[in-house]
Amino acid sequence: MPLLVKGGRVVDPASGTDEALDLLIEGGRVARRGRGLAAPKGAEVLDARGLVVAPGFIDMHVHFREPGQEYKEDIESGTRAAASGGFTSVACMANTDPVNDTSSVTERILKRAREVGAARVHPIGAVSMGLKGEALTEMAEQLAAGAVAFSDDGVPVRTAALMRAALDYAGMLGAPILDHAEDRSLSQGKVMHEGKVSTLLGLSGNPAASEDICVFRDIRLAELMRARVHILHLSSRGAVELIRQARKRGVRVSGEATPHHFTLTHEAIQGFNAAAKMAPPLREEEDRQALLEGLRDGTIEVIASDHAPHYEAELQVEFDEVPFGVVGLETAVPLALDRLHHAGVLTLPQLISKFTAGPAKVLGLKLGTLAEGAPGDVTLLDPGREFVVDPEGFESRGRNTPFGGWKLRGCAVATVVNGEIRMNRIAGPMQIFAGERVA
Amino acid sequence: MTPEPFRRKDLLSIRELSAGEILFLLDQTDSFREVNERDIKKVPALRGKTVVNLFFEASTRTRASFEIAGKRLSADVINLSATTSSTQKGETLRDTARNIEAMATDVLVVRHSASGAAHYLGRELRCSVVNAGDGCHEHPTQALLDLYTIREHKKDFQGLNVSIVGDIAHSRVARSDIAGLLKLGASVTICGPSPMLPAEAGCLGARVTTRVEEAIEGADVLIALRIQLERGAGANFPGNREYATTYGITRKRLKSAKRELLIMHPGPINRGVEMSPDVADGPFSVILEQVEYGVASRMAILYLLAGRKADEPAPSPPRLEEQAPEPAPLRRTEDALAR
Repeated sequence: MPLLVKGGRVVDPASGTDEALDLLIEGGRVARRGRGLAAPKGAEVLDARGLVVAPGFIDMHVHFREPGQEYKEDIESGTRAAASGGFTSVACMANTDPVNDTSSVTERILKRAREVGAARVHPIGAVSMGLKGEALTEMAEQLAAGAVAFSDDGVPVRTAALMRAALDYAGMLGAPILDHAEDRSLSQGKVMHEGKVSTLLGLSGNPAASEDICVFRDIRLAELMRARVHILHLSSRGAVELIRQARKRGVRVSGEATPHHFTLTHEAIQGFNAAAKMAPPLREEEDRQALLEGLRDGTIEVIASDHAPHYEAELQVEFDEVPFGVVGLETAVPLALDRLHHAGVLTLPQLISKFTAGPAKVLGLKLGTLAEGAPGDVTLLDPGREFVVDPEGFESRGRNTPFGGWKLRGCAVATVVNGEIRMNRIAGPMQIFAGERVA
Repeated sequence: MTPEPFRRKDLLSIRELSAGEILFLLDQTDSFREVNERDIKKVPALRGKTVVNLFFEASTRTRASFEIAGKRLSADVINLSATTSSTQKGETLRDTARNIEAMATDVLVVRHSASGAAHYLGRELRCSVVNAGDGCHEHPTQALLDLYTIREHKKDFQGLNVSIVGDIAHSRVARSDIAGLLKLGASVTICGPSPMLPAEAGCLGARVTTRVEEAIEGADVLIALRIQLERGAGANFPGNREYATTYGITRKRLKSAKRELLIMHPGPINRGVEMSPDVADGPFSVILEQVEYGVASRMAILYLLAGRKADEPAPSPPRLEEQAPEPAPLRRTEDALAR
């Protein structure tokens, strides 16, 4: 059934578009863009008056816990959270149980996504077997099965030698390596950023240098192998600066910022607030400012949530034992609109690019644009809609967020995947449509 | 500074107390000291009240002190040792503590290897929680007995110079002592080799030095601390032998000290490492007095917490440290995202 998105402001940074246009999607693709388009016979119409029509948002860094830890999150609840948050695509990390280090796990994830998904799922394969940092995975076979990139996220690629080999081989295959950059000898066992707050609370600290050292390693190796590397969840000023300088001399390195790192600092942990425990840790105000500057000047091309759901009982323990990570799919877009767009850090096209063209480029996906002929993935935003974050109402099984109770301005109000509505709350309560409709 | 009543549900840290509350607790300690000097060392103040010592870390002194304090007040005192962390045991810390609370416990005294464990329980439980040491964070009752001991000998905190020498980074005693001493108007110097000072030592509010001579000179009180090898102090420092030579408090090092320098130590002492035996047992050492006053100090705390009337509102604020700067209003609006 054709779909007409009518009366909205189309903002598509990839094609340089920012104007009032109607959008006709037919056969899963953007068929026509223009003013006053008539709805073909039998077409569904989305009334987008007063809304921003953007390419489908991509969250290139999420942790769905399927297979293995479905009690935390599975592909169904995870993609529902994605749809609710405004995402049409997610890339899921390999640290499941079993690890996604073989094509059969990749295939299983994609099969489940087809059956129950409310958004597209792009599996990320592991760099090393079992994330152990020893032997490379069968990358060619994983790519053939549908993997889009490789990462040992949760931990860094363990050694420089392995990183070099991974960049070499994945580079030949055209896939990027995504690295969780930390020097583990400095960060292992440390529960927060090393600084004033860790000193006052007597909690073990991990210095920003831990990230900087690993980012430098990754940049030099990407340079050496002429391959592409992407630094996940940047947290330190030094790392942003290293990436800026490397990009200036032509190194193929990209970076990503999470909403929690560009919104909060280590002060959020005062009072032993376990909801603000994450790796890499929340750091200092100067680090947060550096992330904002990196987003502003284009050093950081991607915003991703690092959505990391955990089971409630696992959080009812002493701070040291609380697992790292926060859920983010349902707060990422509102935080970006509120803290970046309304706060004057990014224009709307800049912001949309970080969720669309930016991640599509890193992962080599033919998504992230609304040019005619592109896949019919659309996210509709209402930048002015205010709401209060209510974790109890999340689609995700995880409730671990430091943003409960925050009043935010701006959110996604509908998603379209492959020409079909997946989430809609433009007028009335939210509806999510999951399952076989996703191609 | 005048005393102001202590009306909290819990005693979790010194940092959260006002100077007035600390003075009040010291004054209360005075009245319980007298009980400990009687022939029959028991009063019926907490008859029918239950105090549970829940210790996740080994302790001799502190646990015995709380037990004796409770018993001298006629409370029923139960000691529980749990040697493993929640995750190893498969039961959450919350469940462990709530089970104990369910047996109508009035005061839970908790020691834990993780910083913030007592704060977490204070938030989760309705009964009173006393922090008997949490990780490298705080040990408030040790600070109260240290402050009491200092006041007994020096009378006034204003203008008093107190030096704390040793493994500051891993010391919960240091954090509590520093907070209490500064609030009462003393000047504090912390001293240790650089690897034993916290990352941002300056933010604790004390003068920081790595030269032990500087800590000794001009000090009225010197508190020596043990090297906490079990918390990883050994990983960044050559070891006890090197420490003893370079920082150990010996009679020779004390030659430049003030005549009436008070020598303190929270125990356990590693004789010959952080302090030589002749100093530990010397004329100005009050190390055993600290232990003696600890009982009275803990009697005061238990009495105030267990004696709190049930219908009084729980006085501890929900957030126990200073508020994070970001606004987090915990209210819902009717038209949050329409679901």
